[in-house]
Amino acid sequence: MDSALAVHRLHFAFTVTFHYLFPQLTMGLALLIVILKTVALRTGDEHYNQAARFWVKIFAINFAMGVVTGIPMEFQFGTNWSRFSKAAGGVIGQTLAMEGVYSFFLESTFLGLFVFGEKRLSPRMHWFSSVLVCAGSWLSGFFIIATDAWMQHPTAYKTGANGEILLDSFWALVGNPWILWQYLHNMIGAVVTGSLVMASIGAYYLLAGRFTEHARVFVRVGVIAGTLASIAMLFPTGDGQGKMIAEHQPVTLAAMEGLFDTTAGAPVVLVGQPDTDKMELDNPIVVPKALSFLTYRRWEAEVKGLKDFPRDQWPDNIPLLYYSYHIMVGIGTMLIALMLICVWAMWRSRLYGNRPLLWALMLAMPFPYIATTAGWMTAELGRQPWLVYGLMRTADGASSRVSAANGLFTLIGFMGIYLLLGILFLFLVHREIDHGPAATAISEGALQGAIQ
Amino acid sequence: MITTVWFCLVAIMVAGYVVLDGFDLGAGIIHLFVAKTDQERRQVLRSIGPVWDGNEVWLLAAGGTLYFAFPALYAAAFSGFYLALMMVLWLLILRGISIELRSHIESPIWRPFWDLLFGGSSALLALLYGAALGNVIRGVPLDKDGYFFLPLWTNLLPGNNAGIVDWYTLLVGAASFVALAIHGCYWVAYKTNGDLQQRSRSFGQNCWWALVAFIAAITFFSFRLQPNLNTQFEEYPWGYVFPALGVAGLAGMYHYAGKKQDLAAFLSSCLFLVGMLTSATFGVYPYVLPSNVEPTAGLTISNASAAPYGLYIGLAWWIPGMILAGVYSVFVYRHFAGKVSD
Repeated sequence: MDSALAVHRLHFAFTVTFHYLFPQLTMGLALLIVILKTVALRTGDEHYNQAARFWVKIFAINFAMGVVTGIPMEFQFGTNWSRFSKAAGGVIGQTLAMEGVYSFFLESTFLGLFVFGEKRLSPRMHWFSSVLVCAGSWLSGFFIIATDAWMQHPTAYKTGANGEILLDSFWALVGNPWILWQYLHNMIGAVVTGSLVMASIGAYYLLAGRFTEHARVFVRVGVIAGTLASIAMLFPTGDGQGKMIAEHQPVTLAAMEGLFDTTAGAPVVLVGQPDTDKMELDNPIVVPKALSFLTYRRWEAEVKGLKDFPRDQWPDNIPLLYYSYHIMVGIGTMLIALMLICVWAMWRSRLYGNRPLLWALMLAMPFPYIATTAGWMTAELGRQPWLVYGLMRTADGASSRVSAANGLFTLIGFMGIYLLLGILFLFLVHREIDHGPAATAISEGALQGAIQ
Repeated sequence: MITTVWFCLVAIMVAGYVVLDGFDLGAGIIHLFVAKTDQERRQVLRSIGPVWDGNEVWLLAAGGTLYFAFPALYAAAFSGFYLALMMVLWLLILRGISIELRSHIESPIWRPFWDLLFGGSSALLALLYGAALGNVIRGVPLDKDGYFFLPLWTNLLPGNNAGIVDWYTLLVGAASFVALAIHGCYWVAYKTNGDLQQRSRSFGQNCWWALVAFIAAITFFSFRLQPNLNTQFEEYPWGYVFPALGVAGLAGMYHYAGKKQDLAAFLSSCLFLVGMLTSATFGVYPYVLPSNVEPTAGLTISNASAAPYGLYIGLAWWIPGMILAGVYSVFVYRHFAGKVSD
């Protein structure tokens, strides 16, 4: 691999991975805050309002991090991927520009009102601003997914005389069939993260014996939402996403599953290490015939293996792709199990005093983040060696005039700044968690801290 | 035709960004000079608190609009100004967190640190934005594929071998720094009371003469460096309306600030910034990025734009979208209207 190309890829991968730690929480939390505000408005239970205020502070810190780390993403399309931008900007520029015009203005306006305006707005208007913040962030997610979906499964284009990619149909672009499952899978993944974080902090307070009334609200809302969302990650959204990959990127499916030989009645591999030199899977533990059934709903269906695809079509890092996919599925399965146990315990009124279960909930916090990151790595490594699937190779999209040295310079710069951001973030969130929800009067939220 | 429409729309977006984020950048620049006590610094921050990140959205929206309407320009300019743009990103990040984090902790170490970072990053951003404008007017060494790469500086001369920073772009950067500082002064004066208001107003007034000198100098040198400016203004004399707006704004700034009409002074400053930016964009048209080596290699509205179908479709969502954005902005500015409390 050409080293400038490697630097450009790592540059984007690093900054986007760090960036997405924040939106995945804010998009999920936005929905949960709407739920808390709705319950508060309908029942008049002040605990829900205080819970919402506490989470708005966590939300605001995350949102600020998401904004400052998000701006570099848009810029990098031009700075590091200029040949891709020149060729495809007329298509994906549509969705990226729409994100700016339709979501960012909406979000930033109503976040200001939502965080700063509780004293000035009526309860109903304040509730409404929370709905609009949520709508803005979910709309933003849609435009990004539509952009990625076009790179995964390009539609709505024709090729011009000089090889440029021309938009052919706007509606086909925003109605790309790839969008539906990927969008739902991604957004519900954000709800899993939001729910688990909420339940985990609630479990921490219960274990520590602090703010127990609020903690029960956190655990209750987090566990119920987390159960529904984590199941929906598997079915129907994960299943639907998998079928799209089987249909349109069969070589990716084979690589994700570590399937080298075309097999009738292909197994699902639980554990094993794909060896791409010897073209076999070491130390496999498998569920026989499951892959055929999951993919085609027939136990004996034939699934094509990697050996039957030309080598230049293979994703270029099969072990990493394979592990990412297995980590995502493995964690997702464990989260479903944990959520079901918690729901069962809650139903039997045994959750809030069950210390082992609360410990498990508290420690679960990092795992949805890992699963989400691994899921995105699966999607993007699975798209390789293509930048736009079947249309433009990754090697042809990077900026030709930006040297490896300049790329590395800025990559190291980003690493330094993001290290600082990460430390500050943890420090501030820790402070908010330490202050807790109880004493929060109608406050001015975390952003307001800056202004008082 | 449709490409000219988008040229104008992108120019409007950029002008919107400069006018709006310009005053909070300006507030950052003057923050350390006009606000002496912690309470005054909080007032400066409160004057921009609810709106600054909405203002920054204009940068993202302008960037997105540029990307979709002129993808070849976006590709060339962003990769060519790579190092400067990455620094812009770092400064935007540091500035954003310094605004957000400053008041979380009351400590004589914590707050001055973020104050310094806020002031320094705002000042450097104003300089870099000006230098970027200078580069667009001067032109860049585009190759036959429509790309270039500029080092940060070479010999500081605006010739064929120029870097991003030369004496001309530095001059435009300095003008931008002073212009945005004054813009921020009038905003802070408009939003505050008492000593802080007084100091901001007189700080703005003191810088005004420097601004006049800078504007005269960059006007003189721009016409010598970029021949397209002469062609444009000779061929379309109605274009003089843009610099006339700028001059009117400049006069209004001095006049109204002297009469302590801070809102009028601020609006004059908006007019001045819009006048200057539109003069520059009118002057380089039909180029979007001229070449300083080979005039025919420059990127123009026709060879850098996306295909017409996308541009027409774009109008259909861009216009209602920006009307909505305008409504939100009016709503939020009205909601937080009036002086900030002490």
